[in-house]
Amino acid sequence: MIIKGSVFRFGDDIDTDAIIPARYLNTSDPRELSRHCMEDADPGFASKVGKGDIIVAGKNFGCGSSREHAPVAIKAGGVSCVIASSFARIFFRNSFNMGLPIFESAQAAQHIEAGDVVEVDPKAGIIRDITRDMEFTATAIPKFMQELIADGGLIEHIKKRGQI
Amino acid sequence: MGRTIAEKILLAHTQDRDFRPGDVIKVGVDVALANDITAPLAIKAFDASGAASLADASKVVFVLDHFTPNKDIASANQCMFVRRFAQKHEMENFFDAGEVGVEHALLPEKGLVLPGDLIIGADSHTCTYGGLGAFATGVGSTDLAAAMITGEAWFRVPETMKFVFKGKLNPWVSAKDLILYLIGDIGVDGGLYKVLEIMGEAIDSMDLSGRLTISNMAIEAGAKAGIIAADHCTEDYVSPRAKRAYTLYASDEDAVYSDVREYDCADIEPQVAFPHLPENTKGISEVGDIRLDQVVIGSCTNGRIEDLRVAALILKGKKVKKGLRCLVLPATPQVYRDAEKEGLLSIFLEAGAIMGPPTCGPCLGGHMGVLADGEKALSTTNRNFIGRMGSTKSEVYLSSPAIAAASAITGRIVSPQEVL
Ligand code: SF4
Repeated sequence: MIIKGSVFRFGDDIDTDAIIPARYLNTSDPRELSRHCMEDADPGFASKVGKGDIIVAGKNFGCGSSREHAPVAIKAGGVSCVIASSFARIFFRNSFNMGLPIFESAQAAQHIEAGDVVEVDPKAGIIRDITRDMEFTATAIPKFMQELIADGGLIEHIKKRGQI
Repeated sequence: MGRTIAEKILLAHTQDRDFRPGDVIKVGVDVALANDITAPLAIKAFDASGAASLADASKVVFVLDHFTPNKDIASANQCMFVRRFAQKHEMENFFDAGEVGVEHALLPEKGLVLPGDLIIGADSHTCTYGGLGAFATGVGSTDLAAAMITGEAWFRVPETMKFVFKGKLNPWVSAKDLILYLIGDIGVDGGLYKVLEIMGEAIDSMDLSGRLTISNMAIEAGAKAGIIAADHCTEDYVSPRAKRAYTLYASDEDAVYSDVREYDCADIEPQVAFPHLPENTKGISEVGDIRLDQVVIGSCTNGRIEDLRVAALILKGKKVKKGLRCLVLPATPQVYRDAEKEGLLSIFLEAGAIMGPPTCGPCLGGHMGVLADGEKALSTTNRNFIGRMGSTKSEVYLSSPAIAAASAITGRIVSPQEVL
C-alpha cells in the first residue's frame, strides 16, 4: 500500500511533551488524545491536520517520556506516517509495536518542506516528494520489525506465535 | 572478544547466542514496571489480547505515582482502573495510597530491582536502576503488555559508550552536576540507541543515591541504559533489601566500546541546564542573573534522603525568599519518615518551604506546582522541555539540590557559597 499526503514540518528534538503534553494524560482515549496532538509545538495542528497527512521532522523525534500516548495521538489524528532524520528509541519501538509507520531519512528530512505532497512506498522504503520531484531512500528496517508490521503490531505478533 | 556489562546481562537473559550490536534479540525480564499513566494503556492491550493471566505476577510492579493524590476525576478513574486490575490479578507489588513513592526511588529502596537484573518499565526513567549495575530501560505500554503476557521483551542489541570521571569533585559538585555535564557534552541525542557505561574515581567514591541520579538521566542523552558497575557499595545497599539472588557484573578488559570519553572532575563546576533542553548546560559561574518564581526539590532524580540532607544543610536557619514558592517533595514514604526523624522537615518548614507528598506532581506539570505564563522555576528534576512544568511560556532550569536550596534563599540562581 502506498502512503500519500501533504506535509507538516517540525524541527529537531521534538519531545513527547510537545507531541502530547502531560496535562492531557489523565486519559488514554485515542480520540481525546488526538485533539491535543502536537499542541505545544504547533497549537493549531489538531484542527489543521487531515486524514493521511504526513509529519516530517529533524533529528531525535519523540525524545523524552516513554508515553505511548504520543504515537497513539499522532495515529488517531489521521497522520499516515512520520518521516524524520532520526527517532528517539522509545518512540521508535512504540511506533512499531502499535502500528504507526515511521521512516528514517536524513535526506528526506532535509529537503521536504511544509505543504509538499509526499508519497511513501513502505515496502521498498522509497520516499517521493512529488511537489519537488525528488526521491529518497529510508533506512532499512530490521527483519524482526518488518515482521511486527506484517503481523499488525506486537500483540498480534505474539498471538500469531501462539504465546497467548 | 570481551563483553561489556550490558552484553553480559543480555546474554544471561536470552536464548540467542552470538549476537552483535544491531541484532534484535528476545530477552526474559526480571521486572516489568508501569505507573498510573502508562499502566492503563498496557492493561487495555493485555485485556484486548485475550490473555487470561500474568506470566508471573511477582515480576509485575505498578506504582500510582504520577497524578496522585489524584488531581482530577479523570486521573482518579485511571487509578481505579489500574487498582481493579491489580486486585484481580493479586499483584503483590502494587503500590497505592500511603505506600506510593516516586517509582524509581521506591523500587531500589524496596529491593525489587537488583544488580544484574534485566528490567523494563513503561516509563523512560526506568534507566535509573543502571546505578545498581542492572540493565534497565524504558519501553512503551504495548511492550509492557507483551512482557506481562509472555515474560519477554525484544531489544536491538546496543553498543556501549564509556565515560570516565577522573579525579575528585570540586566543592558543591554532586552526581547531578556530573550527569548534566556529560549531557551538555554529548547532547540530547548523543547516546541514541546506546548504553552509557559510567565509571572512574569520582563514581567509585560516590554513594548509591548519587549513582542512581546519574543513571536516571541517561535517557536525557537519548540512551537506552546508563550502567554503573556494581561494587561493595552496591552490595551494602542491596544485600539487606534483596529477597532473591543477584549477580554483580563487570566489563571485560577487552570489551568493545563505540566511544570512550574522559572527564577531569577538576574542570567541572556545579551545572545548570537552561531552557528548553537538558543539554543547554552552563557552569554556575556563567549563569548570570536568573530570577526565580519557584524552586522544586524532589523527584526520581533528586528526591532521596541524601538530597534532602544537602538541601536542609543549606536552608537551616535561613528563609526562602519572600514570594518564591519552594516545594520539597520527599520521593518515598520512607524518605519522608527519615526526614522527619532527622529533623529535616522542621528545617524546611521553618525556612518557609512547602512540603508535598511523595508524588511526581510538579515534575511533569501534573499538579502541585504548575507554572504560569512567563514564570521561571529551578528544579532538581530531569527535564526542562517547553511546557514540562506548566505553561508553554514558562521556563525550567535544572540543577542539584544544593544549588536549588541556595537559589530558593536568594530568589535567583546562585552557588551555595553565596549563602553560607
Ligand atoms: S519524578 Fe518526574 S521523571 Fe521521575 S518518574 Fe515521576 S514524572 Fe517521571
